[in-house]
Amino acid sequence: MALKQSTSQRVTMSVIAWLVALLIFFPILWMFLTSFKTEADAYAIPPKFLFFHWTTDNYAEVQSRVDYVRHAINSIVLSVGANVAGLLLAIPAAWSMAFAPTKRTKDLLMWMLSTKMMPGAGVFMAIYFLYLRGHLLDSLWGVGFLLMIINLPIIVWMLYTYFKEIPVDILEAARMDGASLRNEIIYVLTPMAVPGIASTMLLSVILSWNEAFWTLNLTNVNAAPLTNMIASFSSPEGDFWALLSAASVLAIAPILIIGWFSQRQLVRGLTFGAVK
Amino acid sequence: MATRQTAAAARALVAPSVILLFLWMIVPLAMTIYFSLLNYNLLEPDAVRFIGIQNYLDFLSDPDFIGALVNTLILVAAVLAITVIGGIFVALLMDQQIYGRNIVRVLVIAPFFVMPTVSALIWKNMLMNPVQGLFAWIARLLGLPAIDWFTNYPMLAVIIIVAWQWLPFASLILLTALQSLDEEQKEAATLDGAKAVSYFFYIVVPHIARAITVVVLIETIFLLNVFAEIRVTTNGGPSTTNIPFRIFELAVNANDVGASAAGGIVAVVLANIVAVFLVRMIGKNLEG
Repeated sequence: MALKQSTSQRVTMSVIAWLVALLIFFPILWMFLTSFKTEADAYAIPPKFLFFHWTTDNYAEVQSRVDYVRHAINSIVLSVGANVAGLLLAIPAAWSMAFAPTKRTKDLLMWMLSTKMMPGAGVFMAIYFLYLRGHLLDSLWGVGFLLMIINLPIIVWMLYTYFKEIPVDILEAARMDGASLRNEIIYVLTPMAVPGIASTMLLSVILSWNEAFWTLNLTNVNAAPLTNMIASFSSPEGDFWALLSAASVLAIAPILIIGWFSQRQLVRGLTFGAVK
Repeated sequence: MATRQTAAAARALVAPSVILLFLWMIVPLAMTIYFSLLNYNLLEPDAVRFIGIQNYLDFLSDPDFIGALVNTLILVAAVLAITVIGGIFVALLMDQQIYGRNIVRVLVIAPFFVMPTVSALIWKNMLMNPVQGLFAWIARLLGLPAIDWFTNYPMLAVIIIVAWQWLPFASLILLTALQSLDEEQKEAATLDGAKAVSYFFYIVVPHIARAITVVVLIETIFLLNVFAEIRVTTNGGPSTTNIPFRIFELAVNANDVGASAAGGIVAVVLANIVAVFLVRMIGKNLEG
């Protein structure tokens, strides 16, 4: 309904849109502000919005109380590791489905998508049991593998839709010139595919970073990522809002920044190309 | 175009992904079906025996399961209603020629990137706390009684938190769909003197109908699996335990492998009902 608008209409619409946006964003803003308060200020009634004693003590406290660094390293290892492994599997698969499709390619893609529909809770007991017996509970390898496999269908699909957009003529030309399959991938395809791969990677990192079913249930200490660190605040003692806020800011900041850069890809990746 | 050699190479390139996904699908599923037919408690490893569909009968006649099923459906339906209606509203707003559109967009999308444990705890404590929370303070300012969300309306509280997380997703996808409504159509509608309301119902809604369906289906897949938000706020209880949480309880707290597995198969069936529609829809799109 972006019909031609008069300036006054435009101003009205802008004010409404900004109010709505700020309302939606408010919990994050509030958390950010609270992370710089003392606990006393965090619980103050009436609430203190900007005029309080600003302090960064909470951030230091997060490290000493819940060991932020260890959890953050686990989050990074898990999301990056799962992602790299996923890409190594998915790039060849998506490449061949996009450029050397067979009659069954479409069915194969749909089938991959259907594996994504399997609810974690549905197979929880089996995985829990296997991991218990295989001593994979609370191990980075165990959880990392799960994060990789649950995101693999999305990675393959996203790459497939990007690869599809690469003009086939160029590949044909390369083949005519006698480029081998390997050279074709390295010198022709890769440079054109890098933006798509990068976008796919961003989305996949976001999804792994925030995954909270398997990480909460299968990790405890050694492999616990940031989702678990935050969950440890669910039964706290004493005043903890400022501390919780600081921990939360630290847990979401990296992904919030990555996320803002990859909004466009988000639509494409999460709808499997059904909405572009 | 593919020669026999490239076809073989292509198959070899797809194989690792396919094999892994196939194992991922078939092994846990087969195990779950198998377990679901056993009387199997981890604490009584000697009492394992085959009991046929008894776990299913127990699970389906268990009031806790019926409660969990009802809670699951309430949660999914309520969050879908809020996010789709709210999402259309937000998307229409963002599609206007507003000042600072990019910043508005960034603010609106942000909650989607917040991990579930963070959103749940921030809402539960700092916003919904009945004494010191911000909502209680606002209520008192307006002369209203403060609401004790998690004591009196735990399910509503969870719904609000989850809806907040998913509203950006719906908004962003619907906005993308709206933006593909071409300018000419918009111009033509103005020339015809179309009223805003009829323009909305005859041109906008049909155009974004498909995107709405996609939002509904994809959100349903994720919403059937809501877990962390419940785990860190109410930790279960009769009014918020959904099927994933019930399965978790049976497995981890009760060590009841058989019952938990039967619950898992029920969850798989539920998800598949949705999945069939979604996969078919996306498949249609693949032709283009």
